[in-house]
Amino acid sequence: MLTLEDVSIVAGTFHLTANCSVPEHSLTAVIGPSGAGKSTLLSAIAGFQDIAAGQIFWNKTPISGLPPGKRPVSTIFQDGNLFPHLTAFQNVGLGISPALKLSAQDENRVAEVLGRVGLTGMEARKPGALSGGQQSRVALARVLVQNRPVVLLDEPFSALGPAMKAEMLDLTKALLTATEATVLMVTHDPEDARRIAEHTMVVSDGQVAPPEPTRTLFANPTDALRAYIGP
Amino acid sequence: MLTLAPLAAVMWRAEAPGGLGPADWAAIRFSVWQALISAALSVALAIPVVRALARQSFAGRGLLVMLLGAPFILPVIVAIFGLLAVFGQNGLLRYVTDLIGLPPIRIYGLHGIVLANVFFNLPLATRLLLQGWQAIPSERFRLAASLGMDRAEIHRFLERPMLREAAPGALAIIFLVCTTSFAIALALGGGPRATTVELAIYQAFRFDFDLAKAALLAGVQFLITLIAALISFRFSVPAVLGAGLDRDLRRWDAQSGWPRALDAAAIAAAALFLLLPLTMVVLRGAPAIAGIGPDVWQAALRSLIVAVAAAGLTVGLALALSTASTASRLRPVRRGYEAAGYLGIAISPLVIGTGLYVMIFPFANPVGLALPVTVLVNAALALPFALRILLPAVQATERDFGRLADSLALTGITRLRWLLLPRLRRPLGFAAGLSAALSMGDLGVIALFADPRQATLPLEMYRLMAAYRTEDAAGAALLLLILSLALFWLFDRGGRINADA
Repeated sequence: MLTLEDVSIVAGTFHLTANCSVPEHSLTAVIGPSGAGKSTLLSAIAGFQDIAAGQIFWNKTPISGLPPGKRPVSTIFQDGNLFPHLTAFQNVGLGISPALKLSAQDENRVAEVLGRVGLTGMEARKPGALSGGQQSRVALARVLVQNRPVVLLDEPFSALGPAMKAEMLDLTKALLTATEATVLMVTHDPEDARRIAEHTMVVSDGQVAPPEPTRTLFANPTDALRAYIGP
Repeated sequence: MLTLAPLAAVMWRAEAPGGLGPADWAAIRFSVWQALISAALSVALAIPVVRALARQSFAGRGLLVMLLGAPFILPVIVAIFGLLAVFGQNGLLRYVTDLIGLPPIRIYGLHGIVLANVFFNLPLATRLLLQGWQAIPSERFRLAASLGMDRAEIHRFLERPMLREAAPGALAIIFLVCTTSFAIALALGGGPRATTVELAIYQAFRFDFDLAKAALLAGVQFLITLIAALISFRFSVPAVLGAGLDRDLRRWDAQSGWPRALDAAAIAAAALFLLLPLTMVVLRGAPAIAGIGPDVWQAALRSLIVAVAAAGLTVGLALALSTASTASRLRPVRRGYEAAGYLGIAISPLVIGTGLYVMIFPFANPVGLALPVTVLVNAALALPFALRILLPAVQATERDFGRLADSLALTGITRLRWLLLPRLRRPLGFAAGLSAALSMGDLGVIALFADPRQATLPLEMYRLMAAYRTEDAAGAALLLLILSLALFWLFDRGGRINADA
């Protein structure tokens, strides 16, 4: 279980506090107004943002002292998820070995996962030769081979058109559910949360509200959520 | 370390008795004087050229601007050969002066040194000022045109304020460059009335073997460049090595009649001044290059090895400094790394050379180490330029891909192999090309150390010129020119081929 215990993030005049646990083996949406600190929260969990106080635990083990690559966490960023000088295959391979030393078994696994995201035959292409949707698929494939228990999605498909985004959300949900990962997804679109998130947590006014079942939350929105969604 | 240790050695030895004689004071005055005149002339002559380039567009403008960057990698001794072929005793200009009955120009001494300095720094001044011109937003020129301003008014309201800001910086940096133009003083100076401090160091070394005197003079030279550097750092000097200087600007003034003709004349005169000497190098060298002797070929080989080694060392150091500086979170530490790299720009090779000589002398024969020392010094001198190219590239790479690499635990060698090297191929190739060409043409520290059996190509060529073997020198000049340009081209090209966007 991923637990944020009295976590406090300070950056200049910005302040964010969180004290909650994220439900295991499920997908939790993080929504709230822009500038509220959704991405900052994910950065702190991933290790890119220092926390001023408190502690982040994964299954009772504190992880906030670890460098990003050593945390039980994999991330899909808003953009820049792929190295443009490496092929799709290599980009996914980095998820298994940062030195790209892949055994025959590893290579099979990369090929198999690329197949699962529907990119068979495109292994040798570099990101420049892939469409936006295909690039997202490569990033998703890497998260799958990384096989970390926590997956963070920071508005991962916001650059895609509506139909493509819906397709990618469903694919992501299906593939990550199969791995039993604990997933946190930042989005500014409440529809995304309703579409695939079992739970939702609202970030606003420097506070992270504990996650609640998405359906319940949207049926009886809190003041913060109502202010965000609008009339 | 590379620059500071020799400096300490200089200080230590310089305490030896002797003091500065009248000849030394004359050298100090001459050093400052020739640098002042050269800087002032370079900037003054650059202004009409830049104005013309800024407000006229014509075919080949981009090429011309690019060509203005070429003297940077041009071996000094080759340029001097070309200048002699135009302005020298038996040069092209002699025909003209004879024809109209004027006495021949004397190129040796102050005239020649200033001429050569202007040859190298007119393009630099042009590029520096062109950036100033292009920093004026095009909307202002549009506004000026819609207000019906004429040339004088545009000059008064737009160009003069800009020049007041850009010209002092250009003057200062060119003054700095001219205080360390040893090869020019060596070839065209000399005698009591045309000896720079660097030349005096060289003479104390080679002719008197007076190490204490050389060290003392090196200390003086260091002070001069330090002061010049401090002055020039006070002004913000824009980066001149980058791209983006060939942007066309639509102008509505000075597009016809006399102004346009005057602009054309300024550009043509500058192009002629820069291209004629190089053309002469090619014309005189082409028939002679087949007859190049084994000494020259061996010198060329030594130079190639030195250049490639120096380029490797420079780029390695620059990459290490850039990554260390980028990785550090503390601003003072970052600045420290960068300052270490930029030190080389303020230090004369003759000063480092003297220091290294003093350091090595008690333990080994410095002459035997001439080539390794040359590699070291050349690397230190090229480091500021390499750093200026690589540091922004490393910063951009870390900004764009640092998080992704962190999240994948790419560290150390792995990060270098899979992230930095592939992303940095272009700047690495460019930096290596620059360092190699600079080192290939360097005639500085090698002149202090080497005996004839270890001469590099520029030194060998200088010897041939000093011995009036003009034919052989012409062949060597062309060879040196070709090798320098080829090295630059090969490295730069190597960085571009198959580079991913």
